[in-house]
Amino acid sequence: MSKLELLQTLNGHKGIVWNVSWHPLGNIFASCGEDKTIKLWSKEGQDWTIKTVLVDGHQRTIREVAWSPCGNFLASASFDATTAIWDKKSGQFECNATLEGHENEVKSVAWSPSGQLLATCGRDKSVWVWEVTGDDEYECEAVLNAHNQDVKKVVWHPTMDLLASASYDNSVKLYKEDKVDSDWSCVATLQSHESTVWSLAFDKTGERLATCSDDKTVKIWKEYKVDNQEGVIVTERESTWKCVCTLSGYHTRCIYDISWCHQTGLIATACGDDIIRIFREAEDSDPNAPTFELICTKLEAHPQDVNCVTWNPSGNKELISSSDNGEIKIWKFEE
Amino acid sequence: MTKLADNINPHIYEKGTEREITASDLDENVVDEIDEREIFDLIRNINDPEHPLTLEELRVVEESNISVDNKQNTVDVNFTPTIPHCSMATLIGLSIRVQLLRALPSRFKVTVKVAEGTHASEHAVNKQLADKERVAAALENNNLVQIINQCVAIK
Repeated sequence: MSKLELLQTLNGHKGIVWNVSWHPLGNIFASCGEDKTIKLWSKEGQDWTIKTVLVDGHQRTIREVAWSPCGNFLASASFDATTAIWDKKSGQFECNATLEGHENEVKSVAWSPSGQLLATCGRDKSVWVWEVTGDDEYECEAVLNAHNQDVKKVVWHPTMDLLASASYDNSVKLYKEDKVDSDWSCVATLQSHESTVWSLAFDKTGERLATCSDDKTVKIWKEYKVDNQEGVIVTERESTWKCVCTLSGYHTRCIYDISWCHQTGLIATACGDDIIRIFREAEDSDPNAPTFELICTKLEAHPQDVNCVTWNPSGNKELISSSDNGEIKIWKFEE
Repeated sequence: MTKLADNINPHIYEKGTEREITASDLDENVVDEIDEREIFDLIRNINDPEHPLTLEELRVVEESNISVDNKQNTVDVNFTPTIPHCSMATLIGLSIRVQLLRALPSRFKVTVKVAEGTHASEHAVNKQLADKERVAAALENNNLVQIINQCVAIK
């Protein structure tokens, strides 16, 4: 019987905790929210404690934080229309660059796998790609206006410079750079959700994508490359992404976040019904019509909405979640 | 220039009576669950953004359009804009939502919607009111919060 064992409850924030982000080594994490602060946590003995609090970086809610793949930089996206980049070259964490350009709320920020690119998105319906051009220098590479409503989340492919975005317009879009003219453009639109898509996560291969939505479903999408053996038709020499699985009937309210562990293959979801659910692909799962089984339901994981879930990147089956009431919880998945 | 109200001549209804206090209400040994009437009492006196009238007097909110489930911890409020093209529908919905967020225990999941078939952009208004991120961002806008506070203030 598998279960989520609560390791610790952390009450450091006031108000909504929107997001938590693991450091790539999995021994530190950052959290942010309505109280406009970023807190950095690490373990002291058995207990997670606040090591640093970053204040004065933003004027409004901080919606998301993201560690760079090298672990030296932290990016924060805020409703104040800016994205801040923090590092501790001087010995302690400081904001050494601010990315401005979005008209209003920035809702998500993500580093590309190489750490050379950064993506942001927001209520102004646009997705921006930024290039790291030098020490504390960032240049806008592209402004992508493919969505027709606010963009909730951006996520990079685990190994390539392929970007995915999720939107209030119910769709997911994928973008990449054309190597010939170095122009970024939308290369695929994934349409099947019936309401806002709140979050998305690639599996470790990057050939599958899981999306979660206000329509109370999770969908799994599979990439069919130009030379696919299944006979799926592709156009204009770009892969086709097909929805190969819909998990419906499990969640009872909006699903705010999804995390796909690259070590264990487990999928965790954060839901407005206060529940964390864990899904695992069945052993005899057909790649073209996969089966995912609900293997764990943590009722009342938090007393209010669960906003964020994220697996420890080290693969030790630790999961962090955050909620509207200021709580962060650390869980361990056990079989 | 002052903008003319969308509905310059709305129908005005009479206010209902106050809640009757029964013997069991005063009995300390009886648990008083939050009920539809209590929710109605919390929102009936919200002021309409355009008229010096309450949502009850305009019949934008009615007790029969409220449902409460204390087991599931849900409160659902359907409101009825006075005209199908009311540009204030989102603001009215937001005022109801804010009032309930402030007044109710946090265990409740509050859903505020335009009653079915009563607004031209019903779906868009409902989607916006249900999006907690948009609501959170709206509530950081001081001008908007001031307007909402005027709506929910008791006159």
